Amino acid sequence: MSTSVVRTRRDTLGTSALRPDGGAKVQGSFAFSSDVWADNMLWGATLRSPHPYARIISIDTSEAIKIAGVETVLTAEDVPGKLTYGLIDSDQPVFASGVVRYMGEPVAAVAADHPETCRRALAAIRVEYEVLEPHVNPEDSISGSVPPIHPNGNLLRHQRIVCGDTSVTGPVMVECEYEIGMQDQAFLGLEAALAIPDSDGGGLEMIVATQWLHEDRKQIALCLGLPEENIRLTLGGVGGAFGAREDISLQVHASLLALRTGRPIKMQYSREESFFGHVHRHPAKIWVRHHASNDGMILKIEARMVFDGGAYASTSAAVLINAVTHIQGPYRCANAIVDGFAARTNNPPCGAMRGFGVVQACFAHESQMDKLAQACGLSPVEIRLRNAMRTGDRLITGQPVESVAPVERCIRETDAIALPPQMTSSPHELSLPGGSGRTADRSHIVRGIGWGVSIKNLMYSETFDDYATARCRLDNGVVTLKFATSEVGQGFVTLAPQIARSVLGVDTVIVDPMDTTIGSAGSTSASRQTWMSGGAVDGACRLVRERLFEHVAQQHNLDPLQLEIDDTDIIDTRGTLRISVSKASAGVAFEETFEHHHRPTEDLDENGQGNCHVAFAFVAHRAVVDVDTELGLVKVVQIATAQDVGRALNPLSVLGQIEGGIAQGLGLAVMEEILMVNGIVKNPSFTDYLLPTALDAPDVVAILIEEPDPQAPLGAKGVGEPPCISVTPAIAAAIRDATGRAITRVPVRPSDICL
Amino acid sequence: MSETQIYSLRVNGKLREVTDAWLGESLLYVLRERLGLPGSKGACEQGECGSCTVVMDGAAVCSCLVLAASAVGADITTIEGLTDGALTDVQQAFIDEGAVQCGFCTPGLIVAVHHLLDNTPKPSEMEVKEALSGNICRCTGYGRIFAAVTRVIDQRAQQ
Amino acid sequence: MSIHIPTSLDDALALLHELPQVQLLAGGTDFMVEVNFNKHDVHDVVALRRVTELQQWHHDETTNTVTIGAGVVYAEMEHGELATLFPALAEAARTVGSPQIRAAGTLGGNLGTCSPAGDGLPVLFALDAVVNLASHRGTRSLPIGEFMLGPKRNALAQDELVVSISMKTNSGWQGYAKVGTRNAMVISVASASLVLDTVSGTARIALGSVGPTIIRCTQAEQWLQTHYDISARKDLDEAIATEFGLRVSQESRPIDDHRSTAQYRRHAVGVLAKRLLQRGCVQ
Repeated sequence: MSTSVVRTRRDTLGTSALRPDGGAKVQGSFAFSSDVWADNMLWGATLRSPHPYARIISIDTSEAIKIAGVETVLTAEDVPGKLTYGLIDSDQPVFASGVVRYMGEPVAAVAADHPETCRRALAAIRVEYEVLEPHVNPEDSISGSVPPIHPNGNLLRHQRIVCGDTSVTGPVMVECEYEIGMQDQAFLGLEAALAIPDSDGGGLEMIVATQWLHEDRKQIALCLGLPEENIRLTLGGVGGAFGAREDISLQVHASLLALRTGRPIKMQYSREESFFGHVHRHPAKIWVRHHASNDGMILKIEARMVFDGGAYASTSAAVLINAVTHIQGPYRCANAIVDGFAARTNNPPCGAMRGFGVVQACFAHESQMDKLAQACGLSPVEIRLRNAMRTGDRLITGQPVESVAPVERCIRETDAIALPPQMTSSPHELSLPGGSGRTADRSHIVRGIGWGVSIKNLMYSETFDDYATARCRLDNGVVTLKFATSEVGQGFVTLAPQIARSVLGVDTVIVDPMDTTIGSAGSTSASRQTWMSGGAVDGACRLVRERLFEHVAQQHNLDPLQLEIDDTDIIDTRGTLRISVSKASAGVAFEETFEHHHRPTEDLDENGQGNCHVAFAFVAHRAVVDVDTELGLVKVVQIATAQDVGRALNPLSVLGQIEGGIAQGLGLAVMEEILMVNGIVKNPSFTDYLLPTALDAPDVVAILIEEPDPQAPLGAKGVGEPPCISVTPAIAAAIRDATGRAITRVPVRPSDICL
Repeated sequence: MSETQIYSLRVNGKLREVTDAWLGESLLYVLRERLGLPGSKGACEQGECGSCTVVMDGAAVCSCLVLAASAVGADITTIEGLTDGALTDVQQAFIDEGAVQCGFCTPGLIVAVHHLLDNTPKPSEMEVKEALSGNICRCTGYGRIFAAVTRVIDQRAQQ
Repeated sequence: MSIHIPTSLDDALALLHELPQVQLLAGGTDFMVEVNFNKHDVHDVVALRRVTELQQWHHDETTNTVTIGAGVVYAEMEHGELATLFPALAEAARTVGSPQIRAAGTLGGNLGTCSPAGDGLPVLFALDAVVNLASHRGTRSLPIGEFMLGPKRNALAQDELVVSISMKTNSGWQGYAKVGTRNAMVISVASASLVLDTVSGTARIALGSVGPTIIRCTQAEQWLQTHYDISARKDLDEAIATEFGLRVSQESRPIDDHRSTAQYRRHAVGVLAKRLLQRGCVQ
């Protein structure tokens, strides 16, 4: 290889390239889906059920339609195609018909000239309900003690795992039941879409904030009774997602209104409506018993896991599988018996949220590890090191972990991070628990330290082929990339050009709008887009590079296999040729499309055995908290973390994912919960659903563990989910350390600490 | 709708007439939907997220909590009015430090940071955190945002 | 439906008299939430932000009385001269919503809404504030305890508005503390304001979010005055502080809601009372 030439940074892979949309975003000119509009546009709005469970006796829209400015009112009778939608099971009505099964279920929709007109129209729709006693206890779904609230029954899924010798017992046994509250994704950019009907009424175009354009299109087309190709979706600017945009929210309603009125429809949810308009993280109760040897080696795990799926299935079945298959944590375990249930209730539907079932499992297994450590007289670090999983170990599903599994390294490197300095004798008042409320003085504070380590699967599981498509065009030295990958803030729009620059030696890379004119990219979820869409972009760029090499080789009478990209040049590895890519590609254009498929996975059998997952990533978190033990208030001081990232393709982006994920895990640990009483949501607003503020954010010290994964197209693992998984149990453990309290539930409430 | 009244608002130095507007509209709605200034974002409608922050008569306020028709006579500056096109030092620092992910909170934060540094040129770490405690960011966990503000403070100190 | 932006108090009072369905708009931080959440219709709005008389405060040093206009925003109480005069008010102001809310929210608005969670209200009660009201019929002044009637209920007549709040400066100590489950921008779960008047040797403590309206703990105050020399503010026994906290807690009347439980609130407010007393007294 010829000597490399030192050049200025080119934003290739491995550099902290900056966001191409950053300039527009800091100036306020980036068009989020709520910012788009069209001439002659109407506003759409949804009428929702105030009851968790009720029979609909009648719906009278006659007064609403009379209001000046109201163009149409739609109910279930107006749905021309399939009457239901849903990601895995299509069990959720477009509009409730006959019965409403959760508070906030859509009953009707209106289109009018102004949001205020819409509000008045909704108020004028008369719905007569016969209110029924809601079914809100998942255990009743499991026992079958209440009548089905849905034709598909009350049990969404049951999965058992039986592994090894279930008769094994250990001299050390620890057990406990843990509870995880319902968390909301709380993205800031509320649900919004603009639907523009075709003039012939036979289709439409939609600009929408979503995680998966093609899945939305499929579901919209079915409900409209139109061919998929008549529906064209373009990604509007997405203000965060975190799982909440994987399901249909307003897409079908806006489409129906547009086709009915023949006019563009803009729909956007308020924050209150958003709480009812998307799925949440499953609340769960998890009982676990660990059997271990006296020296702390795990011998067997027994678990019973109950997930409240709410009224409709969404992704509950997949969330449950993630939970049961991750209950062992990143630790070796030969024997297990696990029962997992996802139950249907009259609570709000639950589905995808960052961590997808593993968050709940991790809180349980990490709390157990601390119990085990205590029972065996070991430190939290030592118990984890002794049991740490390695590459090649088998999961309780029988699946070998073929991914690089640097669990021990994650723990050791986290442990080596310096602890924060001790609190000074007169700390800044805002740094204390209670913050601006000035509740505490130095003397009231106790510091605690806690650990959390996790394993997270990457990509979709159980035979799902969530492939990704990308197209690369090289034209006169300029690359144009096309894919339908949803950019939700994670930074794929930064990464994709980095890939093209590295593979093709170009500088200028244009990313075309994301839409459905190309094949699916799968969902921006499951920590999968760097791997999947990254793999697709890489594949398409490599195909173009082959064409370019063939072209150059032909011109210079060389074997294309001798050619290589060196920075921005093409070089002959066996000769002297060096020609810049821009010169070599002058006057020619090559275009290639590539689909990246991950290796196939298997279903789980009735004993929960099977290679159901694609790959895994690992992370360790150590939390330091200050607790006002008398008032039960907590300030998270520092989170130290070492994360298995495979390869950091953009270290700045990775850091952003780590810090952001930690803040969400912190939220679940100490403040974020949707509260329900008998199916009624009590806090659908940012006044009462609390998100961490700048004064709640801890110092984060992060180490990226780079051991490229041979399975991964770019060596990189997904980094989005792991940061938010084990930070929650780490904080809970730190609170235990400071207070001596059991802390079996998150979010930890002040009263859990001090009463 | 009938309940309307014509009024004018002074936004980014220009007097802008608002016609045909329902009187219950918030300043945020009028900026976004009537004056072609969608840079201010709405995410909570109740002053709990800061995405809609604008400067009104020298104070950084939530435009969702200002009744637009009551803001007659006030001087209003939005994210669009911060510069004539070139990026400010704060905007550049947000890009350079990775303080932008989805970007929905960003305009409100940029306005809040400028307002802070205009009034307190060398804020302490805690002053920065307190000043930004009304601006929720769901993506970044704030780490990169603090880094961006620190960068601006350092840069300005060197000038 | 109409919007009016009077620039003088007289004009505002005339509008209040003339308009049948009048709604007062101060900082907007409560009113607009209601509008945005479709909780009430907008009728005839009188916006007070341009009424100059309401935006001012003054200190009458001959009577040691400070009168704060109803339209003075919380941000103005956080720092500067007002904060020096009333440190407890500054501490309370600092906990009101976010900086953006404090730049708009006013004491008058807090009194108008009269929520038991109104952050400024316990301080006003502990300072024995007087609420000055006006209508086209004339003016009147009410002790704050008589102004606040219940949850979101006050003594304002339909044609009346809060002009200002008057409070004596006190020699001694005053403080405020508020529990919320986040370190900033949070509705109070329980709050307390304690004033120790060293001249009269009296203590006054008022509690927020632990009753239908702000609560004064007169029995605990009495008990403290007879068991501790407030004028000296020295040698406070831990036992005295604990007992004071317990007695304050017993006078609270909290409920369970989605923000907390009655049990926690009762406990927390006692802890706050104890800590405030300890802060105010040299141990």
